[in-house]
Amino acid sequence: MSFKINDNEVDIVIAALRPDLTIFLEEWRPIFSRFHLIIVKEPDLEADLQIPHGFDHHVYTKSDIERVVGASLIDFSGHSCRYFGYLMSSKKYVISIDEDCLPARNAAGHPIDAVAQHINNLETPATPFYFNTLYDPFREGADFVRGYPFSLRDGVGCVLSSGLWLNVADYDAPTRAVRPNERNARYVDAVMTVPLQSMMPLSGINIGFDREILGPALVPALRLKGEGKQRLETMGDIWCGMCAKTVSDHLRLGVKTGLPYVWRNGSGNAWESLRREWGGVKLMEEIVPFSSR
Amino acid sequence: MAGVPSSSSVPTTPLLKDELDIVIPTIRNLDFLEMWRPFFQPYHLIIVQDGDPSKIINVPKGFDYELYNRNDINRILGPKASCISFKDSACRCFGYMVSKKKYIYTIDDDCFVAKDPSGNQINALEQHIKNLLTPATPFFFNTLYDPFRDGADFVRGYPFSLREGAPTALSHGLWLNIPDYDAPTQLVKPRERNTRYVDAVLTIPKGTLFPMCGMNLGFNRELIGPAMYFGLMGDGQPIGRYDDMWAGWCAKVICDHLGLGVKTGLPYIWHSKASNPFTNLKKEYNGIFWQEELIPFFQSTTLSKESTTVQKCYIELSKQVREKLSKVDPYFGKLADAMVTWIEAWDELNPSTTAIAPEANGAADKK
Repeated sequence: MSFKINDNEVDIVIAALRPDLTIFLEEWRPIFSRFHLIIVKEPDLEADLQIPHGFDHHVYTKSDIERVVGASLIDFSGHSCRYFGYLMSSKKYVISIDEDCLPARNAAGHPIDAVAQHINNLETPATPFYFNTLYDPFREGADFVRGYPFSLRDGVGCVLSSGLWLNVADYDAPTRAVRPNERNARYVDAVMTVPLQSMMPLSGINIGFDREILGPALVPALRLKGEGKQRLETMGDIWCGMCAKTVSDHLRLGVKTGLPYVWRNGSGNAWESLRREWGGVKLMEEIVPFSSR
Repeated sequence: MAGVPSSSSVPTTPLLKDELDIVIPTIRNLDFLEMWRPFFQPYHLIIVQDGDPSKIINVPKGFDYELYNRNDINRILGPKASCISFKDSACRCFGYMVSKKKYIYTIDDDCFVAKDPSGNQINALEQHIKNLLTPATPFFFNTLYDPFRDGADFVRGYPFSLREGAPTALSHGLWLNIPDYDAPTQLVKPRERNTRYVDAVLTIPKGTLFPMCGMNLGFNRELIGPAMYFGLMGDGQPIGRYDDMWAGWCAKVICDHLGLGVKTGLPYIWHSKASNPFTNLKKEYNGIFWQEELIPFFQSTTLSKESTTVQKCYIELSKQVREKLSKVDPYFGKLADAMVTWIEAWDELNPSTTAIAPEANGAADKK
């Protein structure tokens, strides 16, 4: 059931919350340059975007957002602007990486191709109905273990690939405030399927997904009161993830987590964000039981 | 090769040397213990000798152990010995029953000390202890895996009310080198070796089943012991190599019901011996067909609110096995009987230990 995804089936969507994308795009150039980029300029950002030459790209701005969605209830400001990119893409697959993330490097110092890994995750089946203790059985050198029913070995289509982050992990404001110096240094060499009916917090920092199938579930519907431009302050992606997982479970499709890693620099003041995020923290207490049943 | 045990992280993991027994089934010899000596010597071993009881098994000097052969099992259990398999490593569960300790670590005699990617020897027992002494997180998946490991935490979006986690009942370790494949896979991929060191421990979510391998397994005997029956396998039985699978399915269903956690991942051991795939195929043959029915059975099983102890859960499960699986094969009627016999034997040998899981039903609602 594995198949090949072509480069021209993929858009890379980047939310530009800061105007200067030079370092970000230059670091990702060897990996991104084959693909079409959709860059969505954060609506409140006034300065012009700086985009180095040589990328096949399209920029969407506030005026595009207003023209297309007009007076809709959806707020595409802050980190939510990327969802406008998901809306405007016409490709089957979207990969999105935050612009404070650079390619992680392997032990030999070479940049890890996060895009290729997301594509590989989406090309190969997921296995949500029974846990394989050797993780993704479709990775080279792995397989289904003894006791794995043969009828489940075809797997199902993977519609969401949720990647991880070295350096600054995606913690919430309270955790970051209490552990400001903690860095994620652990490279876990695994991809795995999130089991059926198991909920997880989807981090929008580093994801790939099948836009045709799952796109409609990724809507920035949940915004916190006073939400700012820091990742720490947002829950929109968490909300999308809960919806996406519920829908995927219902449609018998799969969600993978694990590789690829990106190197995240992160930003923001945890104490400042705490004031804004704590509302979301409270909300999760209601959302999780709702989503779980 | 014989080396210094790998350094513990700070704070130091307790040894638990008076609270943990190591259970080893064997039919050949225990030479493998020499490599484990730096790590195992402080502990008491329970050796369950399978096969011919007149054979003398040499235990390397310096280990504190008790050894049981078939004659001992028959003597101790009397007619109830019928529930303990013969000519199959499933007999190891007798060791769980006679142990008086809080924790069990069980390992196969063809498993050796592995090395991590830095070349350090892995103290598998220490990692299992860490896994068992820290909470599991079965109610919501943490994308950074075990949040209780050094250098990890719960990620953004993880509900705070779920961050206490649940007590860990089972710690399922993995294997480098010879992977635990079934016979068909072994036949198709005879040369495949597991060389990937995945530096993670994670909780298997509530409601998710998994294939539990008994090669490198730790558990809290007080929390889940009675559910760790390894079934009727081997001599005179139509199936083999599904002992640990059976125990894993039963134990996971009961853990989910009682609000207990199951972890998988680290530690790795080095699995040195690939068993003969043709022999394995003959043993597993029925299992490969039956597991197609067994897994849906366990996935849809529910236990009643009144089953508040592991023993009660297990007896209830045995009734469902008899009702629903006898039609798959009469073997399951016998197995259901053996499950009851096991619990009777367990309670006889362990009269005062009826543990009630702390959040038997509250946690069941908590997903």
